Amino acid sequence: MLAFIIRRIAQSLFVMAAVALIAFLMFRFVGDPVNQMVGIDTPQEEVARLRESLGLNDPAIVQFGRFVWNIVHFDFGISYQFRLPVTQLLAERAPATLELAVTAAIFALIVGVIMGVYCALNRDSWLARVFQAVSLVGVSLPTFLIGILLIYLFAVILGWLPSNGRGQVVKIGQWWTTGFLTGSGLKALILPAITLGLFQMTLIMRLVRAEMMEVMRTDYIKFAKARGLKTRSIHFGHALKNTLIPVITIAGLQLGSIIAFAIITETVFNWPGMGILFLKAVQNVDIPIMAAYLMLIGFLFVVINLAVDLAYGLVDPRLRVAMRA
Amino acid sequence: MTIRKFLLAAGAALAIQAVVVPAQAVTLRYANQGDLKSLDPYTLNETTANAHLGHVYEGLTSRGKDLKVGPGLAEKWEVLDGAKKWRFHLRKNVKFQNGEPFTADDVIFSAERVRATGSNFQTRVPKDAKFVKVDDYTVDVELSSPNPIMVAQWDTWYIISKKWAEANNSTAPTPASATTPSYISLHANGTGPFSIESHQPGVKTVFKVNKGWWGKKEHNLDEIIFTPIPNAATRVAALLSGEVDVIEPVPVQDIPRVNSSADSKVLAGPELRTIFLGFDQSRDELLESNVKGKNPFKDVRVRHAFNIAIDKEAIKRSVMRGLSTPSALMIAPTLFTYSKDFKNPKFDSAAAKKLLADAGYPNGFEVGMDCPNDRYVNDAQICQAVVGMLARIGVKVNLNAQPKAQYFAKVLKSGGYKTSFFLLGWTPGTFDSHNVLNDLHGCRTENSPIGETNLGGYCNKKVDELTAKILVEADPKKRDLLIKEAYEITTGEYAYVPLHQQALSWGVKMNVNLVQRADNSVLLYWATKK
Repeated sequence: MLAFIIRRIAQSLFVMAAVALIAFLMFRFVGDPVNQMVGIDTPQEEVARLRESLGLNDPAIVQFGRFVWNIVHFDFGISYQFRLPVTQLLAERAPATLELAVTAAIFALIVGVIMGVYCALNRDSWLARVFQAVSLVGVSLPTFLIGILLIYLFAVILGWLPSNGRGQVVKIGQWWTTGFLTGSGLKALILPAITLGLFQMTLIMRLVRAEMMEVMRTDYIKFAKARGLKTRSIHFGHALKNTLIPVITIAGLQLGSIIAFAIITETVFNWPGMGILFLKAVQNVDIPIMAAYLMLIGFLFVVINLAVDLAYGLVDPRLRVAMRA
Repeated sequence: MTIRKFLLAAGAALAIQAVVVPAQAVTLRYANQGDLKSLDPYTLNETTANAHLGHVYEGLTSRGKDLKVGPGLAEKWEVLDGAKKWRFHLRKNVKFQNGEPFTADDVIFSAERVRATGSNFQTRVPKDAKFVKVDDYTVDVELSSPNPIMVAQWDTWYIISKKWAEANNSTAPTPASATTPSYISLHANGTGPFSIESHQPGVKTVFKVNKGWWGKKEHNLDEIIFTPIPNAATRVAALLSGEVDVIEPVPVQDIPRVNSSADSKVLAGPELRTIFLGFDQSRDELLESNVKGKNPFKDVRVRHAFNIAIDKEAIKRSVMRGLSTPSALMIAPTLFTYSKDFKNPKFDSAAAKKLLADAGYPNGFEVGMDCPNDRYVNDAQICQAVVGMLARIGVKVNLNAQPKAQYFAKVLKSGGYKTSFFLLGWTPGTFDSHNVLNDLHGCRTENSPIGETNLGGYCNKKVDELTAKILVEADPKKRDLLIKEAYEITTGEYAYVPLHQQALSWGVKMNVNLVQRADNSVLLYWATKK
């Protein structure tokens, strides 16, 4: 088991190194940071000095060495735009992204499971057909379009919900800010969470529907029926429980991508999270923010995958045998 | 006390309170596409940042609603010794927001700080200017050569408190390569009409009215909440849904939508920025062209042909949806007295074709064009229109429309001016022609700041001589005539193709009244909200 964990961690480190290399290579093509940091009529002498002080004149390999060295020391530097430490900027933005992602994931899980179960049990009802159609929309429409449609409908035309921002937030402790505790904070969360969770919701719904239909055909369900158990207890006590194992795996893995893909939702709803910070950093060639964000997302995926692998080991005895080998 | 009595009493108390509470504080909510990145007023010289910080900080001079220079922290000044010595009389009884008085020491400190390494405003104050404290409220500035337009940009050279900066370890401007954040990029202490209550970079900034301000209040606001909303559709939606009161800019395609709503409108007007096309006239062979061994743009007939082959009215009509002012000059007409004497050359593709043939290109030629796609209003679309128009005279343009980060890296001096044909926009920071002639038309030479943004390398010694004279000429009439002479040469040689001044477009709620200044500064200390 220990050898397995060590092997997996070593692999994870390799993945992180690859992310660092790719990120660094990308920065060489996004443009010149210096021209974004000063006005266009800045004397060239000053521009040259700035370039030198940022180490942009050093050979690529030296720059990469410095980049990796700083990452290893958890030093992500100072944002070119804001002149503030990147770790501080990301830490301030992280609660917004995480609250949005978790809300979206919970929304996707609950609504997805309910709709999936309903569709599996009442396959031919008109409501099931409506759900199926909605799920097709969720899969095929791009996130930014859904977001803008929701904004125009619920914020501009109906005026029920805010179109952007986080509403009133409450500070908890040193680093965390939450929108869960205020009315405007909760209202502000609704549209972006639906937008972000819609794709995952349809995915979960389709998965639950297929799994459930599969399970309903198995012998033990037939036996349960033959024993005269209540339909309710067959559906939810036996069938659903067995359906949920793959669903939870998928949902867990998807949490990483919800956080990573929050970029678009955050931009559309002007949600002050890490994603919008990253997007603006790309536009302004703010390399320190881009680097830190990419490393963070890479790290997140690696950790989630590692956790899932380890959890499999705990759950499935066959894998435990393989691990020992 | 029974519960019922208690409730009644509480209800009565609430009712009384509701009557006593004064009229609600007036809050103006404003969204811009860009961030307020640093509160250090010497970090980034950019119109939006300068306008934001102009609510908090003030310069020795100010610019009014019509952009005229007026007194600011200096009540008045005298130009002595043929513009080689300036004497500034500072306003008395002015206090910084932390309560310290404003004196000559702060001016001298700010003059040093603004010229220090890491400042993006070094050119605001001439390098050779010596600041001498005469008394607490009088400062002399001594120059080695006359400079009649020295104060042209001093309205955005903001004065910082010496004591405060020193106490907070912020005597030097925050350099880009800093490893520790500076206090001053997160905190502000100016003399202006508003103070900053909270600032979360890139998320939200709250300005509170400064009750102790020295000037006469021209607004009725208690608070300004600024949020950056980079996405245009979201910004417009926020205005339409009433979550913000003012947005800048409104994309041209959304203007009818905003105007058709019941409670918001678009304020539009000509901006000072001139959008133009430029040619590489310095290389002997163009970098991106099929013409080898010579540079077609060195021939004035080719530049002339390009000037008359591009239909500026059509660009205004179809690309800019009517929101631009076609331009014959490289400066906005309001900034130069004799603008009316310059007319746009008539659009005529047949004549353009003939000029090309005379120059030895009867079948046209091929050239690469660089164009930003996220910098100016509809920039990439303008370039596409130009490509189509030039195709009619046989010139095949290979358009490279790219994000500004890559565009500027390629075409500016730091990138080696690697362009053959380009689109650029320019607002003279001084609102004066000298800047246009010096920066865009001056001959490029090694180790000289003259002509640094003259990307095409246009060069005429006569123009340089005139530019040098214009700098030191103190008589405004004579100066204008010199400028006119210079422009006659540059337009006669078709140094550039000026296209238009793009339009300002701000979205405002009907109940908000504000002043739209032509330099696109959103200054809410002139705003009232009903």
